[in-house]
Amino acid sequence: MVDIVGVAERRLSIRERLRAKRFFVTGGTGFLGTALIERLLRSIPDAEVVALVRPGRRASAHERALREIVRNDCFDPLRRLLGDSFEETIASRLTTVAGDVSEDALGLNEAGLQTLRSCDVVVHSAATVSFDAPLDQAVEVNLLGPSRVADAIQRAWTTDGPGSRRPHLIAVSTAYVAGTHQGEANEQLLTENPLVPPVDWQGEVDFARKLRAELELESRQPQRLRELIERARAEQGAAGSHLLATRAERLREDWVSQSLVEAGLTRAKALGWPDTYAYTKALGEIALVAQFGHSAPSAGASAHGRNRLHGGRSANAANTTEGDAGNQIPITIVRPSIIESALAEPFPGWIRGFRMAEPIIISYARGLLREFPGVPEGVIDVIPVDLVVSAILAIAAAGATSPPAVYHVASSVRRPLRYGQMHELVYDWFSRHPLYDDRGQPISVPKWSLPGRGRVQQQLQRATQLMRAGERLLAAFPGRAKRVANWAATLEDRQGLAQRALSYVELYGAYTETEARYRVDRLLELWQRMSSEEQERFCFDPAAIDWERYVSEIHLPSVVARARVKTTPGRPAGISRAERARRAILSPDRHLAVFDLEHTLLSSNVVDSYSWLASRHLPFDRRIRFVGQLLAGAPRWLALDRRDRGDFLRSFYRRYEGAPVATVEADAWELFHRFLITRMFPEGLARVRRHRSLGHRTLLITGALDVIVAPLVPLFDDVVSARLGRHNGYFTGQLEELPPTGEARAAMLQRYARDHGLSLAESVAYGDSTSDLAMLEAVGYPVAVNPDSRLAALARRRGWHVEYWSKAPGGADRPLPLGPFDPRPVRSEVRQ
Amino acid sequence: MTPRPGLVMEVDGSTPPLLFWNGEGFRLERLPEGTRVVYAPEPLAPLADPIAAIRHALEHPVGDMEPLSALLRPGMRLTICFDDVSLPLPPMRSPDVRQLVIEQVLELAAEAGVDDVVLIAALALHRRMTEPELRHALGDRIYDAFAPHGLLTQHDAEDPEGLVHLGRTEQGEDVEINRRAAESDLVVYVNITLVTMDGGHKSIATGLASYRSLRHHHNPHTMRHSRSFMDAPASELHSSNWRMGRLIAESGIRVFQIETTLNTDTFPAQFGFLQRREWEWTLRDRATYAATAAALDRMPARLARQIFHAIRAPQAMLSVQAGEVEAVHERAIASVWRQQGVAVEGQTDVLTMGLPYICPYNVNSIMNPILVACLGLGYFFNLYRGKPLVREGGVLILRHPTRPEFHPGHHPSYIDFYEQVLTQTTDPIEMHKVYEESFATDPWYVHLYRTGHAYHGVHPFYMWYWCAHALEHLGRVIVLGGNPSAVRRMGFSPASTLQDALEMATDVVGPSPTITHLHAPPLLMADVS
Repeated sequence: MVDIVGVAERRLSIRERLRAKRFFVTGGTGFLGTALIERLLRSIPDAEVVALVRPGRRASAHERALREIVRNDCFDPLRRLLGDSFEETIASRLTTVAGDVSEDALGLNEAGLQTLRSCDVVVHSAATVSFDAPLDQAVEVNLLGPSRVADAIQRAWTTDGPGSRRPHLIAVSTAYVAGTHQGEANEQLLTENPLVPPVDWQGEVDFARKLRAELELESRQPQRLRELIERARAEQGAAGSHLLATRAERLREDWVSQSLVEAGLTRAKALGWPDTYAYTKALGEIALVAQFGHSAPSAGASAHGRNRLHGGRSANAANTTEGDAGNQIPITIVRPSIIESALAEPFPGWIRGFRMAEPIIISYARGLLREFPGVPEGVIDVIPVDLVVSAILAIAAAGATSPPAVYHVASSVRRPLRYGQMHELVYDWFSRHPLYDDRGQPISVPKWSLPGRGRVQQQLQRATQLMRAGERLLAAFPGRAKRVANWAATLEDRQGLAQRALSYVELYGAYTETEARYRVDRLLELWQRMSSEEQERFCFDPAAIDWERYVSEIHLPSVVARARVKTTPGRPAGISRAERARRAILSPDRHLAVFDLEHTLLSSNVVDSYSWLASRHLPFDRRIRFVGQLLAGAPRWLALDRRDRGDFLRSFYRRYEGAPVATVEADAWELFHRFLITRMFPEGLARVRRHRSLGHRTLLITGALDVIVAPLVPLFDDVVSARLGRHNGYFTGQLEELPPTGEARAAMLQRYARDHGLSLAESVAYGDSTSDLAMLEAVGYPVAVNPDSRLAALARRRGWHVEYWSKAPGGADRPLPLGPFDPRPVRSEVRQ
Repeated sequence: MTPRPGLVMEVDGSTPPLLFWNGEGFRLERLPEGTRVVYAPEPLAPLADPIAAIRHALEHPVGDMEPLSALLRPGMRLTICFDDVSLPLPPMRSPDVRQLVIEQVLELAAEAGVDDVVLIAALALHRRMTEPELRHALGDRIYDAFAPHGLLTQHDAEDPEGLVHLGRTEQGEDVEINRRAAESDLVVYVNITLVTMDGGHKSIATGLASYRSLRHHHNPHTMRHSRSFMDAPASELHSSNWRMGRLIAESGIRVFQIETTLNTDTFPAQFGFLQRREWEWTLRDRATYAATAAALDRMPARLARQIFHAIRAPQAMLSVQAGEVEAVHERAIASVWRQQGVAVEGQTDVLTMGLPYICPYNVNSIMNPILVACLGLGYFFNLYRGKPLVREGGVLILRHPTRPEFHPGHHPSYIDFYEQVLTQTTDPIEMHKVYEESFATDPWYVHLYRTGHAYHGVHPFYMWYWCAHALEHLGRVIVLGGNPSAVRRMGFSPASTLQDALEMATDVVGPSPTITHLHAPPLLMADVS
């Protein structure tokens, strides 16, 4: 190994070497990136940081950096240390540049490149860490990311001409790029590792991009689109064509994305990597070294590296060739294993985000993972984040070598944590500190028997299939009973859990069954070069970890504290979620409360009202005929209603043709006070008045006829209803005004809110079915009332408040309401 | 055979199980030996010729009043007011006494050439009557002659145009009544004095009043000081009504009061056993009881309710008196006492009673839990003169299913009262202070009261105030066979058997308590010495 920076002294001082250096960091909003930036600012005198941050949808890169990096509790110790000068220090030592590692030249403009130009060290820690990201996304970020960083460096330095000194690029990879093969893995480049198959990385990039294009094409095939529309309809019913289209498009995107996830996993496995993450990271290393790291072609170069960066999109790609000294960048590759919470810095237990192990631990503590595969003697390679940060700093201080050096930061050789031991520790800890269920009872955790992966997978798959069948059955249930909704919710919960458990097993099983050991010889060599004082300050020797203490006293308490789980016995104190939602809905700050009528405030429909009115003046014998006719027509009406509410109303209201207006008007009051009021939900009526008393505007939108809802007018500030045409005192049967249904309701609400100076974001809407979906989506506070199974499912997924209102107990409940016989002669009746 | 008077019987070893009302059904309960049972007098013989009696009363008024025919003249404004659907209980067989009396009044008016006649149902804050109910009370002839022309009206306590404020009593009580009545040359009030609380000045001062006026006597304070409200001289409720009635008279409104009383022949032949004393039940009575009770237990509550509400009582007119309000009322009350009075010696530790399916506020409707409380603690508890049947700190055991069921058309504010008020407090004074106003002025309740058939928004509060005296007096209220959650919400204790209830009672009144059972039907008034 040639020491190109010429550092050979025995006393490597990180603080001295890195003093006043300028660091360019990608992935600063991530777990490792945040810790690194904090450590640089706290522990390296006068060091400066330039963070590359992707601008958010609403926030600029700088705002994002402040919010997601500086305000993280990682900075608490530094904040305490600096006191009032904290903000000032951050402002002077932390610079943000807007950019994106999935864009050419990191998306940096000229000024951005100039800023990069001012840096001494570049740490690339941005990655898509999800083990099951869609293949093309993982390729763009993980595979091409490191090369793009190197390319940006090249561009920033081209102005100086060849020979000027490039900064040291430290690329963070993962120990698992070496696969999970049994045995020891050395700190060597992948091209030198005989177990890594020769792969043409450029070919893989092309393949991933082509696959995306092909799937996009396939997802647009008529047959596939029809299927997706059918699925959207099954979920949403008659919500309206726009919403249906939106949902179908979403399903199409999901399908493409899911297909890419599967493609990634399969491709990774086919090449011997456990998942897409390890696979794309591995190729990322290969691509980086092949293009920017070699002074001479290596044996595997013909297979591993073609010297073009991503399909010729790079401006300087054409004139860079392997081994071109001008193209060479000092590179070091750092491969941590599974990074977990901090051992000591910034404080013991610091962690950001819910990572790989945490969801599994919490699911286990909640008693949801009855079994998990793994080999008891297997070693699970975990490394605390602060050890990784310290190692990076030491590597930065030590400088780069040529060819690029590889460092493992892993525990499996120095201080192996056996899977069986870890399970014991976790089991013991949760036995002593159980979580509590909703009823305040402690949850006892299961003892895993650590069976093979196949068995667990099979069990979970079977359970998932069974529950999916159950869910389909319940979704077909037409009722709105709370009990059915609860069953469906429970089943959905359980299915979600089983599916999650299954995905844990599928994704992480490889890591719990791995028997690979990641050697850390080079890391320890670096360790030996440090003074004991520096070693204490920047610890990265895995031997420093006491697993028992780490798991029981540092990691688990931290994970539990962040997991929003119940850790004390007794009933939950404070108010329930539903109560909190209700309070928000009934806050004086709301503007408008919109109500649907049928099934939201009233358990009845236009057919009931018609039947009551039409039979009002019918003697007994004709009533029977009338009921027969009405029932015979029922299936047709139902089908029409399901297809399009507006068409149904238009068609059904024809039946009022020729009915005398005065009689219907008079009868409608009777209908209301004798029938409809017994079908109304008292809690709903109370809710409308409550809104009014709070000063909210109240609005009723219904497809019912104005004459029928006339008695309800005083309840609301405004009523929008259907209106039949009249001619010479008789109804024409033609609708003069059809209230908006489906999506038109949302548009109408927008107009209404604008006209009255109200904000829909501050408004509440009450609806009962997916035909109210557009209206519910239009407001800030949607409430599903007695939802049908489709809306219930949607409301659950979106966290909408659900109310179950019922008729007053004791009221009559007739299948078909007929008006009490009124013998008064009328000139013409409502047509039967 | 002359009807036998009421009696107080002591249960001994030979006493059969005794009948308890249980809402839309019955139970036979074996009471502990030594229990006193108060039986009502048997129904008195009615007037042989009620029409002649009415005509006689109209022409021979009592008190300072001219005969009706002398008060009628052409061109005058005549208003005839009548009691609403809350009387009598159960509704009586056709013809209703109101029909009989009003037909005679109208005949005299026609003879005298009076053509400005309006009929007003004196609802106070009760629900408006339905067309069939009006037809039943007045008969088709009157209904068809008046209703189509808008001359048959129902008092509207929320119609600002239809009310007139007559002034304040010396105690500052607002007197605000129906404008048509106030501006008439003569008001004829046709009253049914079913119990001693009814009639007198209360007919107009309450029946034709507004909320603004009613709140002066329908409040917890007044009700706690009406001991009992069935005994006018000892009733603050009546004192207030009397002050108002006198102010009405002083403001020049001429009232010709007609009060009728009925005998207690309450149930038709198929329910004959209800009218007889258990040890005198014939084989037929036993058989019909067994069959009826078994059938009622098995049928849905709604069906049982329909059967009971279809009952039309064979009650008949016992007396009719007309003339000046106070003089008429005195005679009517005497007649009621003659029919219903039973002398009882001393109070008891525990009072038991079965509650029927009906009270004044659920005719053709549903008896909700608040009405159950009102019937037991308001009406039945107060059926006394002198001292309450049960001692202070004693226990009242009611039998009623007390289902949390409501008629949404008739009792909308009761539903909200049950959900919003009773869940917070059962103290009448507290609810009067905190909640009454918002219910009384809720525009939705006002709308339903005025356009539909709903009791006024404040009505459930009045029902609860009706219980105020009993709530203060009693040590505990136990509801036997009641829905536990409804019973507990009202602050009472549920019990499933009489033995349990009596056992629970001893926690309050000590061991070996004295027990008295108020046997109903028929109605009785206890004169407790």
